[in-house]
Amino acid sequence: MSAELGDSSEAVTALTAPIGLLAELTHRCPLQCPYCSNPLALERVDGELGSDIWQDVLAQAAELGVLQLHLSGGEPTLRRDLEDIVGRAASLGLYSNLITAGVLLTRDRLAVLAERGLDHVQISIQDSDAANADRIAHYAGGHAKKLEVARWTRALKLPLTINAPIHRQNIDSLPAIIELALELGAHRLEVAHVQYYGWALENRQALMPTRAQVLNSAELVDQARARLKGVLVIDFVVPDYYARRPKPCMGGWGRGIMTITPSGNVLPCHAAQSIGGLAFDNVRQRRLKDIWFHSAAFQAFRGTHWMREPCRSCDLRELDWGGCRCQALAFTGSAANADPACDKSPAHAAFTAIAEAEAGRPAPPFHFRRPRAGRHAG
Amino acid sequence: MSQGRPTQRTMIAAASVPRLPSHVKLRHDAARERWVILAPERLLTPDAIALEVLKLCDGERSVDGIADLLADRYAAGKDQILGDVMSMLQDLADKGVITA
Repeated sequence: MSAELGDSSEAVTALTAPIGLLAELTHRCPLQCPYCSNPLALERVDGELGSDIWQDVLAQAAELGVLQLHLSGGEPTLRRDLEDIVGRAASLGLYSNLITAGVLLTRDRLAVLAERGLDHVQISIQDSDAANADRIAHYAGGHAKKLEVARWTRALKLPLTINAPIHRQNIDSLPAIIELALELGAHRLEVAHVQYYGWALENRQALMPTRAQVLNSAELVDQARARLKGVLVIDFVVPDYYARRPKPCMGGWGRGIMTITPSGNVLPCHAAQSIGGLAFDNVRQRRLKDIWFHSAAFQAFRGTHWMREPCRSCDLRELDWGGCRCQALAFTGSAANADPACDKSPAHAAFTAIAEAEAGRPAPPFHFRRPRAGRHAG
Repeated sequence: MSQGRPTQRTMIAAASVPRLPSHVKLRHDAARERWVILAPERLLTPDAIALEVLKLCDGERSVDGIADLLADRYAAGKDQILGDVMSMLQDLADKGVITA
Protein backbone atom coordinates (compact mmCIF):
# COMPACT_ATOMS: atom_id res chain seq x y z
CA MET A 1 0.00 0.00 0.00
CA SER A 2 1.02 3.56 -0.30
CA ALA A 3 1.14 5.72 2.73
CA GLU A 4 0.39 8.99 1.14
CA LEU A 5 -2.06 11.33 2.75
CA GLY A 6 -2.94 13.05 -0.49
CA ASP A 7 -3.99 16.59 0.19
CA SER A 8 -2.82 16.56 3.76
CA SER A 9 -1.64 19.99 4.70
CA GLU A 10 0.67 18.72 7.40
CA ALA A 11 3.65 20.81 6.45
CA VAL A 12 4.45 21.33 10.08
CA THR A 13 7.94 21.58 11.38
CA ALA A 14 7.19 21.19 15.07
CA LEU A 15 6.77 17.62 16.22
CA THR A 16 3.10 16.80 16.38
CA ALA A 17 0.98 13.76 16.90
CA PRO A 18 0.56 11.18 14.14
CA ILE A 19 -2.40 11.48 11.77
CA GLY A 20 -2.48 7.89 10.60
CA LEU A 21 -2.07 4.49 12.18
CA LEU A 22 -1.42 1.43 10.04
CA ALA A 23 -2.54 -1.54 12.12
CA GLU A 24 -1.14 -4.79 10.78
CA LEU A 25 -3.58 -7.08 12.55
CA THR A 26 -1.90 -10.23 11.27
CA HIS A 27 0.77 -11.24 8.81
CA ARG A 28 -1.24 -14.30 7.78
CA CYS A 29 -2.61 -14.09 4.23
CA PRO A 30 -4.03 -16.58 1.76
CA LEU A 31 -2.41 -14.69 -1.13
CA GLN A 32 1.28 -14.96 -1.98
CA CYS A 33 1.90 -11.78 -3.98
CA PRO A 34 5.59 -11.46 -4.83
CA TYR A 35 5.59 -7.74 -3.89
CA CYS A 36 3.97 -8.13 -0.47
CA SER A 37 4.73 -5.17 1.79
CA ASN A 38 5.11 -7.37 4.85
CA PRO A 39 8.66 -8.06 6.01
CA LEU A 40 10.51 -11.14 4.77
CA ALA A 41 10.43 -12.44 8.33
CA LEU A 42 6.68 -12.79 8.78
CA GLU A 43 5.34 -12.69 12.33
CA ARG A 44 3.64 -15.82 13.64
CA VAL A 45 0.05 -16.16 14.73
CA ASP A 46 0.94 -17.08 18.31
CA GLY A 47 2.60 -13.70 18.82
CA GLU A 48 -0.38 -11.63 17.67
CA LEU A 49 -1.90 -9.05 19.99
CA GLY A 50 -5.24 -9.99 21.49
CA SER A 51 -8.41 -8.04 20.93
CA ASP A 52 -8.25 -6.37 24.36
CA ILE A 53 -4.80 -4.95 23.62
CA TRP A 54 -5.84 -3.66 20.21
CA GLN A 55 -8.87 -2.00 21.74
CA ASP A 56 -6.68 -0.26 24.30
CA VAL A 57 -4.14 0.70 21.64
CA LEU A 58 -6.87 2.31 19.51
CA ALA A 59 -7.99 4.37 22.49
CA GLN A 60 -4.41 5.47 23.09
CA ALA A 61 -4.08 6.35 19.40
CA ALA A 62 -7.23 8.46 19.36
CA GLU A 63 -6.14 10.27 22.50
CA LEU A 64 -2.76 10.93 20.93
CA GLY A 65 -4.41 12.55 17.91
CA VAL A 66 -4.63 9.78 15.30
CA LEU A 67 -7.51 10.44 12.88
CA GLN A 68 -7.19 7.69 10.31
CA LEU A 69 -6.94 3.99 11.03
CA HIS A 70 -5.83 1.58 8.32
CA LEU A 71 -6.73 -1.99 9.22
CA SER A 72 -4.31 -4.07 7.27
CA GLY A 73 -2.23 -7.21 7.36
CA GLY A 74 -1.52 -9.69 5.94
CA GLU A 75 -5.18 -10.23 5.56
CA PRO A 76 -7.07 -8.46 8.37
CA THR A 77 -10.29 -10.43 7.84
CA LEU A 78 -8.47 -13.47 9.23
CA ARG A 79 -8.94 -11.84 12.64
CA ARG A 80 -12.20 -13.06 14.13
CA ASP A 81 -12.33 -9.98 16.32
CA LEU A 82 -12.22 -7.57 13.37
CA GLU A 83 -15.82 -6.53 14.03
CA ASP A 84 -14.96 -5.49 17.60
CA ILE A 85 -11.88 -3.61 16.44
CA VAL A 86 -13.94 -1.76 13.82
CA GLY A 87 -16.64 -1.01 16.39
CA ARG A 88 -14.08 0.38 18.78
CA ALA A 89 -12.57 2.58 16.07
CA ALA A 90 -15.99 3.97 15.20
CA SER A 91 -16.80 4.76 18.83
CA LEU A 92 -13.49 6.60 19.11
CA GLY A 93 -14.16 8.66 15.98
CA LEU A 94 -11.28 7.10 14.03
CA TYR A 95 -11.83 7.01 10.27
CA SER A 96 -11.48 3.30 9.54
CA ASN A 97 -10.21 1.87 6.30
CA LEU A 98 -10.21 -1.90 5.76
CA ILE A 99 -7.35 -2.87 3.47
CA THR A 100 -8.23 -6.34 2.29
CA ALA A 101 -7.65 -8.94 -0.41
CA GLY A 102 -11.34 -9.64 -0.01
CA VAL A 103 -11.15 -13.34 -0.81
CA LEU A 104 -12.22 -14.53 2.66
CA LEU A 105 -15.14 -12.14 3.17
CA THR A 106 -18.77 -13.13 3.09
CA ARG A 107 -21.51 -10.65 2.32
CA ASP A 108 -22.94 -11.13 5.81
CA ARG A 109 -19.66 -10.34 7.48
CA LEU A 110 -19.14 -7.27 5.35
CA ALA A 111 -22.65 -6.12 6.32
CA VAL A 112 -21.80 -6.53 10.00
CA LEU A 113 -18.59 -4.54 9.53
CA ALA A 114 -20.60 -1.78 7.87
CA GLU A 115 -23.08 -1.81 10.75
CA ARG A 116 -20.27 -1.59 13.26
CA GLY A 117 -19.15 1.65 11.60
CA LEU A 118 -16.53 0.74 9.01
CA ASP A 119 -15.91 3.87 6.92
CA HIS A 120 -14.16 2.58 3.83
CA VAL A 121 -13.03 -0.58 2.04
CA GLN A 122 -9.91 -0.94 -0.06
CA ILE A 123 -9.60 -4.06 -2.19
CA SER A 124 -6.42 -4.97 -4.02
CA ILE A 125 -6.49 -6.45 -7.50
CA GLN A 126 -3.51 -8.02 -9.21
CA ASP A 127 -4.65 -7.41 -12.80
CA SER A 128 -7.84 -6.88 -14.80
CA ASP A 129 -7.20 -10.27 -16.42
CA ALA A 130 -8.40 -13.01 -14.07
CA ALA A 131 -5.91 -15.67 -15.09
CA ASN A 132 -2.91 -13.37 -14.76
CA ALA A 133 -4.24 -11.91 -11.50
CA ASP A 134 -4.60 -15.37 -9.98
CA ARG A 135 -1.15 -16.33 -11.20
CA ILE A 136 0.43 -13.26 -9.56
CA ALA A 137 -1.39 -13.78 -6.25
CA HIS A 138 -0.85 -17.54 -6.53
CA TYR A 139 -4.47 -18.06 -5.51
CA ALA A 140 -6.91 -19.78 -7.84
CA GLY A 141 -10.26 -18.04 -8.20
CA GLY A 142 -9.11 -15.04 -6.19
CA HIS A 143 -9.81 -12.40 -8.81
CA ALA A 144 -13.44 -13.44 -9.36
CA LYS A 145 -14.01 -13.44 -5.61
CA LYS A 146 -12.52 -9.96 -5.29
CA LEU A 147 -14.90 -8.60 -7.91
CA GLU A 148 -17.81 -10.15 -6.04
CA VAL A 149 -16.68 -8.57 -2.77
CA ALA A 150 -16.20 -5.21 -4.49
CA ARG A 151 -19.81 -5.39 -5.69
CA TRP A 152 -21.06 -6.29 -2.21
CA THR A 153 -19.11 -3.33 -0.87
CA ARG A 154 -20.95 -0.96 -3.17
CA ALA A 155 -24.31 -2.68 -2.63
CA LEU A 156 -23.82 -2.10 1.10
CA LYS A 157 -23.19 1.58 0.31
CA LEU A 158 -19.62 1.47 1.56
CA PRO A 159 -17.12 3.60 -0.36
CA LEU A 160 -14.61 1.57 -2.34
CA THR A 161 -11.01 2.01 -3.33
CA ILE A 162 -9.44 -0.38 -5.80
CA ASN A 163 -5.72 -0.72 -5.22
CA ALA A 164 -3.75 -2.01 -8.18
CA PRO A 165 -0.05 -2.69 -7.62
CA ILE A 166 1.60 -2.13 -11.00
CA HIS A 167 4.69 -3.86 -12.40
CA ARG A 168 6.03 -5.23 -15.67
CA GLN A 169 3.73 -8.26 -15.61
CA ASN A 170 0.47 -6.27 -15.52
CA ILE A 171 1.35 -2.76 -16.66
CA ASP A 172 -0.11 -3.30 -20.14
CA SER A 173 -3.50 -3.84 -18.48
CA LEU A 174 -3.61 -0.35 -16.99
CA PRO A 175 -6.39 0.98 -19.29
CA ALA A 176 -8.48 -2.11 -18.52
CA ILE A 177 -7.76 -1.76 -14.78
CA ILE A 178 -9.07 1.81 -14.87
CA GLU A 179 -12.22 0.63 -16.67
CA LEU A 180 -12.67 -2.18 -14.15
CA ALA A 181 -12.48 0.26 -11.22
CA LEU A 182 -15.13 2.39 -12.93
CA GLU A 183 -17.36 -0.56 -13.63
CA LEU A 184 -17.11 -1.71 -10.02
CA GLY A 185 -18.30 1.71 -8.84
CA ALA A 186 -15.06 2.54 -7.04
CA HIS A 187 -14.72 6.06 -5.69
CA ARG A 188 -10.97 5.91 -5.81
CA LEU A 189 -8.30 3.98 -7.67
CA GLU A 190 -4.73 3.61 -6.51
CA VAL A 191 -2.41 2.94 -9.42
CA ALA A 192 0.51 2.02 -7.25
CA HIS A 193 3.74 1.09 -8.91
CA VAL A 194 5.40 -1.55 -6.77
CA GLN A 195 7.88 -0.17 -4.28
CA TYR A 196 11.01 -2.25 -4.13
CA TYR A 197 11.53 -3.26 -0.52
CA GLY A 198 11.30 -6.64 1.16
CA TRP A 199 9.53 -9.17 -1.03
CA ALA A 200 9.42 -6.83 -4.02
CA LEU A 201 13.16 -6.29 -3.77
CA GLU A 202 13.59 -10.09 -3.85
CA ASN A 203 11.48 -10.10 -7.02
CA ARG A 204 12.76 -6.90 -8.56
CA GLN A 205 13.83 -8.31 -11.89
CA ALA A 206 10.52 -10.12 -12.28
CA LEU A 207 8.62 -6.89 -11.57
CA MET A 208 10.61 -3.89 -12.81
CA PRO A 209 9.03 -2.10 -15.79
CA THR A 210 11.02 -0.16 -18.36
CA ARG A 211 11.32 3.61 -18.17
CA ALA A 212 9.11 3.90 -21.27
CA GLN A 213 6.42 1.76 -19.62
CA VAL A 214 6.50 3.94 -16.51
CA LEU A 215 6.22 7.16 -18.51
CA ASN A 216 3.37 5.68 -20.51
CA SER A 217 1.53 4.69 -17.34
CA ALA A 218 1.86 8.26 -16.05
CA GLU A 219 0.43 9.58 -19.30
CA LEU A 220 -2.50 7.14 -19.13
CA VAL A 221 -3.25 8.21 -15.57
CA ASP A 222 -3.16 11.90 -16.55
CA GLN A 223 -5.60 11.27 -19.37
CA ALA A 224 -7.92 9.22 -17.16
CA ARG A 225 -7.86 11.86 -14.42
CA ALA A 226 -8.94 14.53 -16.89
CA ARG A 227 -11.64 12.34 -18.38
CA LEU A 228 -12.95 11.13 -15.00
CA LYS A 229 -12.72 14.36 -13.02
CA GLY A 230 -15.36 14.36 -10.31
CA VAL A 231 -16.15 10.69 -10.96
CA LEU A 232 -13.11 8.65 -9.98
CA VAL A 233 -10.21 9.89 -7.87
CA ILE A 234 -6.99 8.32 -9.15
CA ASP A 235 -3.90 8.31 -6.99
CA PHE A 236 -0.66 7.44 -8.71
CA VAL A 237 2.37 6.09 -6.89
CA VAL A 238 5.47 6.21 -9.06
CA PRO A 239 8.37 3.79 -8.95
CA ASP A 240 11.33 5.79 -7.80
CA TYR A 241 14.06 3.95 -9.71
CA TYR A 242 13.45 6.27 -12.64
CA ALA A 243 12.85 9.39 -10.55
CA ARG A 244 15.13 12.39 -10.06
CA ARG A 245 13.97 13.19 -6.55
CA PRO A 246 13.03 10.78 -3.79
CA LYS A 247 9.53 10.57 -2.39
CA PRO A 248 8.98 11.96 1.11
CA CYS A 249 8.69 8.42 2.43
CA MET A 250 5.91 8.19 5.05
CA GLY A 251 5.77 11.99 4.86
CA GLY A 252 9.03 11.93 6.81
CA TRP A 253 10.20 9.48 9.44
CA GLY A 254 8.07 9.75 12.55
CA ARG A 255 6.15 12.78 11.30
CA GLY A 256 2.63 11.68 10.50
CA ILE A 257 2.20 7.93 10.37
CA MET A 258 3.04 4.94 12.47
CA THR A 259 2.72 1.20 11.99
CA ILE A 260 1.95 -1.40 14.62
CA THR A 261 2.94 -4.96 13.71
CA PRO A 262 0.80 -8.00 14.62
CA SER A 263 2.88 -8.59 17.76
CA GLY A 264 2.73 -4.94 18.84
CA ASN A 265 6.01 -3.48 17.67
CA VAL A 266 5.60 0.19 16.83
CA LEU A 267 7.42 1.27 13.68
CA PRO A 268 7.96 4.58 11.89
CA CYS A 269 7.36 2.68 8.64
CA HIS A 270 6.15 -0.82 7.90
CA ALA A 271 9.54 -1.82 6.47
CA ALA A 272 11.61 -0.25 9.26
CA GLN A 273 12.57 -3.60 10.74
CA SER A 274 14.82 -4.14 7.74
CA ILE A 275 17.13 -1.56 9.32
CA GLY A 276 19.45 -3.44 11.65
CA GLY A 277 20.46 -1.87 14.93
CA LEU A 278 17.16 -0.10 15.56
CA ALA A 279 15.34 -1.20 18.70
CA PHE A 280 11.57 -1.05 18.44
CA ASP A 281 9.26 -0.56 21.38
CA ASN A 282 6.17 -2.68 21.85
CA VAL A 283 2.70 -1.60 22.95
CA ARG A 284 2.76 -4.36 25.57
CA GLN A 285 5.55 -2.53 27.39
CA ARG A 286 5.20 1.18 26.62
CA ARG A 287 2.43 3.70 26.02
CA LEU A 288 1.89 4.68 22.42
CA LYS A 289 2.36 8.39 23.11
CA ASP A 290 5.66 7.78 24.84
CA ILE A 291 6.83 5.60 21.95
CA TRP A 292 5.85 8.19 19.34
CA PHE A 293 7.55 11.11 21.03
CA HIS A 294 10.51 9.48 22.72
CA SER A 295 11.43 6.02 21.46
CA ALA A 296 14.91 5.56 20.02
CA ALA A 297 13.61 4.15 16.73
CA PHE A 298 11.37 7.15 16.10
CA GLN A 299 14.08 9.61 17.07
CA ALA A 300 16.78 7.95 14.96
CA PHE A 301 15.77 9.49 11.62
CA ARG A 302 13.22 12.07 12.66
CA GLY A 303 13.81 15.57 11.35
CA THR A 304 17.20 16.39 9.83
CA HIS A 305 19.75 15.89 12.62
CA TRP A 306 20.89 12.52 11.26
CA MET A 307 21.49 13.70 7.71
CA ARG A 308 24.78 13.57 5.86
CA GLU A 309 25.62 15.24 2.58
CA PRO A 310 24.07 15.72 0.07
CA CYS A 311 20.94 15.91 2.29
CA ARG A 312 22.36 18.01 5.11
CA SER A 313 22.77 21.17 3.02
CA CYS A 314 19.97 20.45 0.53
CA ASP A 315 17.16 22.98 0.20
CA LEU A 316 14.68 20.13 -0.14
CA ARG A 317 15.63 18.42 3.11
CA GLU A 318 12.42 19.40 4.87
CA LEU A 319 10.30 18.52 1.84
CA ASP A 320 11.43 14.98 1.05
CA TRP A 321 13.19 14.31 4.38
CA GLY A 322 15.97 12.51 2.55
CA GLY A 323 13.61 9.96 1.00
CA CYS A 324 13.43 6.37 2.16
CA ARG A 325 15.73 5.09 4.93
CA CYS A 326 15.17 1.45 4.04
CA GLN A 327 16.12 2.01 0.42
CA ALA A 328 19.18 4.00 1.45
CA LEU A 329 20.27 1.10 3.62
CA ALA A 330 19.51 -1.62 1.09
CA PHE A 331 21.38 0.13 -1.69
CA THR A 332 24.15 2.17 -0.06
CA GLY A 333 24.82 0.18 3.09
CA SER A 334 23.79 2.97 5.46
CA ALA A 335 20.30 4.13 6.39
CA ALA A 336 21.69 7.63 7.02
CA ASN A 337 22.72 8.15 3.41
CA ALA A 338 20.54 9.90 0.86
CA ASP A 339 17.94 7.75 -0.83
CA PRO A 340 19.58 6.57 -4.09
CA ALA A 341 16.39 7.61 -5.90
CA CYS A 342 17.72 11.17 -5.61
CA ASP A 343 20.01 12.18 -8.44
CA LYS A 344 22.15 14.07 -5.92
CA SER A 345 23.06 10.72 -4.38
CA PRO A 346 26.40 9.29 -5.55
CA ALA A 347 24.61 5.95 -5.87
CA HIS A 348 21.89 7.24 -8.17
CA ALA A 349 23.47 6.33 -11.49
CA ALA A 350 24.02 2.73 -10.42
CA PHE A 351 20.52 2.60 -8.95
CA THR A 352 18.90 3.67 -12.23
CA ALA A 353 21.21 1.40 -14.23
CA ILE A 354 20.01 -1.63 -12.25
CA ALA A 355 16.40 -0.88 -13.08
CA GLU A 356 17.15 -0.39 -16.76
CA ALA A 357 19.22 -3.59 -16.93
CA GLU A 358 16.69 -5.75 -15.06
CA ALA A 359 13.73 -4.38 -17.01
CA GLY A 360 15.55 -5.27 -20.21
CA ARG A 361 16.15 -8.90 -19.24
CA PRO A 362 13.58 -11.70 -19.26
CA ALA A 363 11.53 -11.93 -16.09
CA PRO A 364 12.62 -14.79 -13.82
CA PRO A 365 9.99 -16.88 -11.97
CA PHE A 366 8.38 -15.22 -8.97
CA HIS A 367 9.64 -15.88 -5.49
CA PHE A 368 6.22 -16.02 -3.88
CA ARG A 369 5.58 -14.67 -0.41
CA ARG A 370 5.48 -17.60 1.97
CA PRO A 371 6.12 -17.94 5.69
CA ARG A 372 9.72 -18.70 6.59
CA ALA A 373 10.73 -18.63 2.94
CA GLY A 374 13.83 -16.74 3.94
CA ARG A 375 16.13 -14.91 1.62
CA HIS A 376 17.63 -16.22 -1.56
CA ALA A 377 21.25 -17.11 -1.24
CA GLY A 378 23.51 -14.27 -2.26
CA MET B 1 -27.78 10.87 -6.40
CA SER B 2 -27.96 8.98 -3.13
CA GLN B 3 -25.06 6.89 -1.84
CA GLY B 4 -23.77 5.83 -5.21
CA ARG B 5 -20.66 7.08 -6.84
CA PRO B 6 -21.47 9.72 -9.48
CA THR B 7 -21.29 8.38 -13.01
CA GLN B 8 -20.49 11.83 -14.31
CA ARG B 9 -18.87 14.95 -12.90
CA THR B 10 -21.07 16.81 -10.42
CA MET B 11 -21.50 20.36 -11.68
CA ILE B 12 -22.38 22.83 -8.96
CA ALA B 13 -25.11 25.32 -9.88
CA ALA B 14 -26.99 27.87 -7.78
CA ALA B 15 -29.89 25.45 -7.44
CA SER B 16 -27.67 22.50 -6.40
CA VAL B 17 -28.24 21.09 -2.92
CA PRO B 18 -24.80 20.11 -1.67
CA ARG B 19 -23.97 17.71 1.12
CA LEU B 20 -21.15 15.52 2.33
CA PRO B 21 -21.38 11.90 1.15
CA SER B 22 -21.80 9.46 4.02
CA HIS B 23 -18.17 8.33 3.87
CA VAL B 24 -16.80 11.86 4.17
CA LYS B 25 -16.57 13.07 7.74
CA LEU B 26 -16.29 16.64 8.93
CA ARG B 27 -15.05 16.44 12.47
CA HIS B 28 -13.26 18.44 15.10
CA ASP B 29 -9.64 17.45 15.64
CA ALA B 30 -9.26 18.11 19.33
CA ALA B 31 -5.55 17.29 19.47
CA ARG B 32 -4.79 20.05 16.98
CA GLU B 33 -7.69 22.39 17.75
CA ARG B 34 -9.00 22.56 14.21
CA TRP B 35 -11.64 21.03 11.94
CA VAL B 36 -10.75 18.38 9.39
CA ILE B 37 -12.46 16.61 6.52
CA LEU B 38 -11.74 12.89 6.54
CA ALA B 39 -12.11 10.91 3.32
CA PRO B 40 -10.40 7.79 1.97
CA GLU B 41 -6.65 8.45 2.21
CA ARG B 42 -7.42 12.16 2.39
CA LEU B 43 -7.26 14.71 5.12
CA LEU B 44 -8.30 18.23 4.26
CA THR B 45 -8.07 21.18 6.59
CA PRO B 46 -10.74 23.72 5.61
CA ASP B 47 -10.06 27.36 6.36
CA ALA B 48 -12.60 29.38 8.36
CA ILE B 49 -14.67 30.30 5.31
CA ALA B 50 -14.71 26.82 3.81
CA LEU B 51 -15.66 25.43 7.21
CA GLU B 52 -18.58 27.81 7.49
CA VAL B 53 -19.81 26.81 4.04
CA LEU B 54 -19.37 23.10 4.73
CA LYS B 55 -21.41 23.34 7.90
CA LEU B 56 -24.22 24.80 5.83
CA CYS B 57 -24.12 21.92 3.35
CA ASP B 58 -26.86 19.96 5.08
CA GLY B 59 -28.54 18.36 2.08
CA GLU B 60 -31.49 20.77 2.38
CA ARG B 61 -30.14 24.23 1.61
CA SER B 62 -29.32 25.11 -1.98
CA VAL B 63 -26.11 26.86 -2.95
CA ASP B 64 -28.23 29.93 -3.56
CA GLY B 65 -29.69 29.64 -0.06
CA ILE B 66 -26.21 29.31 1.43
CA ALA B 67 -25.11 32.46 -0.42
CA ASP B 68 -28.19 34.31 0.84
CA LEU B 69 -27.42 33.33 4.39
CA LEU B 70 -23.76 34.35 4.16
CA ALA B 71 -24.60 37.63 2.41
CA ASP B 72 -26.95 38.40 5.24
CA ARG B 73 -24.51 37.31 7.92
CA TYR B 74 -21.68 39.46 6.57
CA ALA B 75 -23.69 42.27 4.98
CA ALA B 76 -21.84 41.56 1.75
CA GLY B 77 -22.81 41.47 -1.92
CA LYS B 78 -24.58 38.23 -2.75
CA ASP B 79 -23.33 37.91 -6.32
CA GLN B 80 -19.73 37.90 -5.21
CA ILE B 81 -20.45 35.40 -2.43
CA LEU B 82 -22.45 33.12 -4.71
CA GLY B 83 -19.59 33.01 -7.19
CA ASP B 84 -17.04 32.26 -4.49
CA VAL B 85 -19.17 29.55 -2.88
CA MET B 86 -19.86 27.87 -6.21
CA SER B 87 -16.22 27.73 -7.15
CA MET B 88 -15.25 26.40 -3.71
CA LEU B 89 -17.93 23.70 -3.84
CA GLN B 90 -17.01 22.73 -7.40
CA ASP B 91 -13.44 22.18 -6.25
CA LEU B 92 -14.65 20.07 -3.32
CA ALA B 93 -17.01 18.11 -5.60
CA ASP B 94 -14.10 17.33 -7.93
CA LYS B 95 -12.21 15.99 -4.92
CA GLY B 96 -15.16 13.79 -4.01
CA VAL B 97 -15.81 15.65 -0.77
CA ILE B 98 -19.16 17.14 -1.77
CA THR B 99 -22.05 15.64 -3.65
CA ALA B 100 -25.14 17.39 -4.95
